[in-house]
Amino acid sequence: MMNRSSLSTILLFLFFSASSAEHNARTERISGSAGDVLEDNPVGRLKVYVYELPSKYNKKLLQKDPRCLTHMFAAEIFMHRFLLSSPVRTRNPDEADWFYTPIYPTCDLTPTGLPLPFKSPRMMRSAIQLISSNWPYWNRTEGADHFFVVPHDFGACFHYQVEFNFDIKQEEKAIERGILPLLQRATLVQTFGQRNHVCLDQGSITIPPFAPPQKMQAHLIPPDIPRSIFVYFRGLFYDVNNDPEGGYYARGARAAVWENFKNNPLFDISTDHPTTYYEDMQRSIFCLCPLGWAPWSPRLVEAVVFGCIPVIIADDIVLPFADAIPWEEIGVFVAEKDVPKLDTILTSIPTEVILRKQRLLANPSMKQAMLFPQPAQPGDSFHQILNGLARKLPHDRSIYLREGEKVLNWTAGPVGDLKPW
Amino acid sequence: MKLSALHQSYLNRRRSPLDSSVDAPSKSFLAVFWLVLHCLCCLISLLLGFRFSRLVFFFLVSTPSSSNLYSPPFRPDLPPPRIDLTPSNATTAEVKTSSSRVVVGRHGILIRPWPHPDPVEVMKAHRIIERVQREQKAVFGAGGKGSRTVIAVTPTYVRTFQALHLNGVMHSLMLVPYDVVWIVVEAGGVSNETASIVAKSGVRVIHVGFDQRMPNTWEDRGKVEVLMRLRALRVVKEEKLDGVVMFADDSNMHSMEFFDEIQNVKWFGAVSVGILAHSGNAEEMVMSMDKRREMVDEVEERSSLPVQGPACNATDKLIGWHVFNTLPYAGKSAVYIDDVAAVLPQKLEWCGFVLNSRILWDEAESKPEWVKEFGLLNENEGVESPLSLLNDPSMVEPLGSCGRQVLLWWLRVEARADSKFPPGWVIDPPLEITVAAKRTPWPDVPPEPPTKKKDQMSLSQGNNNVVVIPKQQQQQQQQQQQRSSKVRKPKRRSKRNKHEAKPTDTTTQVSSSTKHHQERN
Repeated sequence: MMNRSSLSTILLFLFFSASSAEHNARTERISGSAGDVLEDNPVGRLKVYVYELPSKYNKKLLQKDPRCLTHMFAAEIFMHRFLLSSPVRTRNPDEADWFYTPIYPTCDLTPTGLPLPFKSPRMMRSAIQLISSNWPYWNRTEGADHFFVVPHDFGACFHYQVEFNFDIKQEEKAIERGILPLLQRATLVQTFGQRNHVCLDQGSITIPPFAPPQKMQAHLIPPDIPRSIFVYFRGLFYDVNNDPEGGYYARGARAAVWENFKNNPLFDISTDHPTTYYEDMQRSIFCLCPLGWAPWSPRLVEAVVFGCIPVIIADDIVLPFADAIPWEEIGVFVAEKDVPKLDTILTSIPTEVILRKQRLLANPSMKQAMLFPQPAQPGDSFHQILNGLARKLPHDRSIYLREGEKVLNWTAGPVGDLKPW
Repeated sequence: MKLSALHQSYLNRRRSPLDSSVDAPSKSFLAVFWLVLHCLCCLISLLLGFRFSRLVFFFLVSTPSSSNLYSPPFRPDLPPPRIDLTPSNATTAEVKTSSSRVVVGRHGILIRPWPHPDPVEVMKAHRIIERVQREQKAVFGAGGKGSRTVIAVTPTYVRTFQALHLNGVMHSLMLVPYDVVWIVVEAGGVSNETASIVAKSGVRVIHVGFDQRMPNTWEDRGKVEVLMRLRALRVVKEEKLDGVVMFADDSNMHSMEFFDEIQNVKWFGAVSVGILAHSGNAEEMVMSMDKRREMVDEVEERSSLPVQGPACNATDKLIGWHVFNTLPYAGKSAVYIDDVAAVLPQKLEWCGFVLNSRILWDEAESKPEWVKEFGLLNENEGVESPLSLLNDPSMVEPLGSCGRQVLLWWLRVEARADSKFPPGWVIDPPLEITVAAKRTPWPDVPPEPPTKKKDQMSLSQGNNNVVVIPKQQQQQQQQQQQRSSKVRKPKRRSKRNKHEAKPTDTTTQVSSSTKHHQERN
């Protein structure tokens, strides 16, 4: 009896504290398990061992080109730095739950700053060969308790260099090769998320693209400035360099947005690059986040940080930390075929629903979960990644292979990949 | 995304259909086929125009689009069911995609038949925007403090100018962006007149009657008003209203910034009030401006500015009070309500003070010690200004950048004592007009003898209107010799009226019974 009464009082106390926390009119905590998960502390729930790779895989690349730190795939570099100094790091590999390979496959930039993932498969392959020969942990599970950060467009489907004139798009190439065979069993932490897609491994963790937190903080405006723009979007509608006729880029969705709503004063859409981009987002109610060449875009992060309701136009997209953030309650999902009716869809959302979404977006833990701040802060993307990894624990016994058993095919993949890096 | 730009540059892609794609055996077949097709397209485009060539093929061949990548060697994008981007062709076509997978390849650009804004949607969107902005204001507005209820205390009574004054206050309160509770205390008891005015406000009104009638002199009136305000404060205490109490005398004018500023008060605040001591006499005003005297005192400052309010030193601490300089008006101020002279304010008008309603509550929770217990206040001891509610008047917070901003104006204007007005400002029954027979189409009718009517108006050439009101109108208490002497003048005028009205002339006149008129007066 004593136990039960004390338990009930504890429960009552928890209930009251939770409900009083929710009485803040400004922000709304996502009630239920999803919201609380955002604030979980991964420390103590998992241990990560960081392999010591020669610096040609990481530091030398960064030294060659420091621009890697600011482009949207910079998450891989910051993840490495975060793990080196995080309390979840362990120096004893025998007690580690997860193994991390510090390799920066996207840090190979063109003179204009775009990454070339052409050599990435080979780089990855050579790194895996290194860790499998120097440490026994890879062979123990063939990589099932290893994770890799691959924030590139199509994740681990790095497309390969082609020498002829091809008229097939990069995505098709990437799909053709699929995920790098050696990474089939490992967990991928990637930005790419398209359901039922070859490049999205079932167990991977989807992360947001990197957006520089200081830059966004510098452009904050006071919250009482009234939101007067109904729908806002800045970006390309037609990719004239690669797809002049339209139809390929964004699966025609962005072009449809332009053609249907260029005359509509409610839609502030154009291809400008205004200096007040961040401020304008804070003055808008809805921000369009349509797919581009890949379904994800940094606009989602920016919309969440600036409190603008994201309108996601990307069929079958998997959004970052989908198991922790209830995206349906925060954003609006519009099917690509419904783009011509976008204005009807948006104006028919009841105002109460809109206000609730804005309150959820105002929640600071939501914004924090989308960012990669330097140094790391509690609740940010790094912690969400670790939370995601911790949720996958404990490992199933079946991942541990018996002595001599091999699952991966080390010679699979295009011939060009097998060349040493 | 940008990846493909580099892809472009690196791979040197061409838009030619000569695709040397995947398999060698089908390569030659493909090449020949494409060559033939391309030539055909060129020929047709020469005739019809570039874009139409492919469309012709689409209409002719009309195969279902299968943009499934995994069926080599065919290129997945011909024939494309795309819609032309030129406005001449605005048909829509859907691309076939499987239900669970999004397929790669060329997709159609969907355009609806009339890609222009729909006014109904635009209106809905604007309503959404307005609602969102209202919510923002409620949550973040006014310095992010959140809004406290404004409790307005207004003493009033029924008289001619009541409609003027009360409508002014009511409109100001209706514009306040915060919650408002309006406590209207009426001298002489609750009346329909006042109730009908305040009912239109839309804010929460507490209409309280006060048993005394409003006296005739300004001094007595001030005292009664103090009692009425205390009565209202007792209502605040009993109902435990929470908010900021301000005194909105019905003839005052408030700026909107006043309501924003008083949100900042912690316990007891004071604002600067502009004193508009209007005198009917222009000369008087000029003289008072000339006589400027500045007496700097440690405690009090008398300035010539028509402002009453807190005085601060350089570090924005309250050191005293600005009080309206009444010396220029000495002996020449109005005594009775309708005197043609300057109406002077009290030393410290109530309207310049605002207080946190919790000061009035019973329990002393977090009430500062320098506040007297309101429940124990003895009204008969003569409460002059709100400072008597405090033990320590130096703890008053000066608002409006330490009294530098004048946020409201004090004015006292009343009509002549004999002025009457139709109840509810509705003229009922309608006027009667007698038109001489010569001007009307209907047969001759002798002029009607003067009858006793409830409501009469006399219009005559060149004289003032005198409005006569029926008995049920409440009035101020009646007068003395001075009053009746003033009244005699219109009597004489009306006699003249009667004299002139007797011959039936061609001018239109409102029928009047002047005898009755005199009785009324």
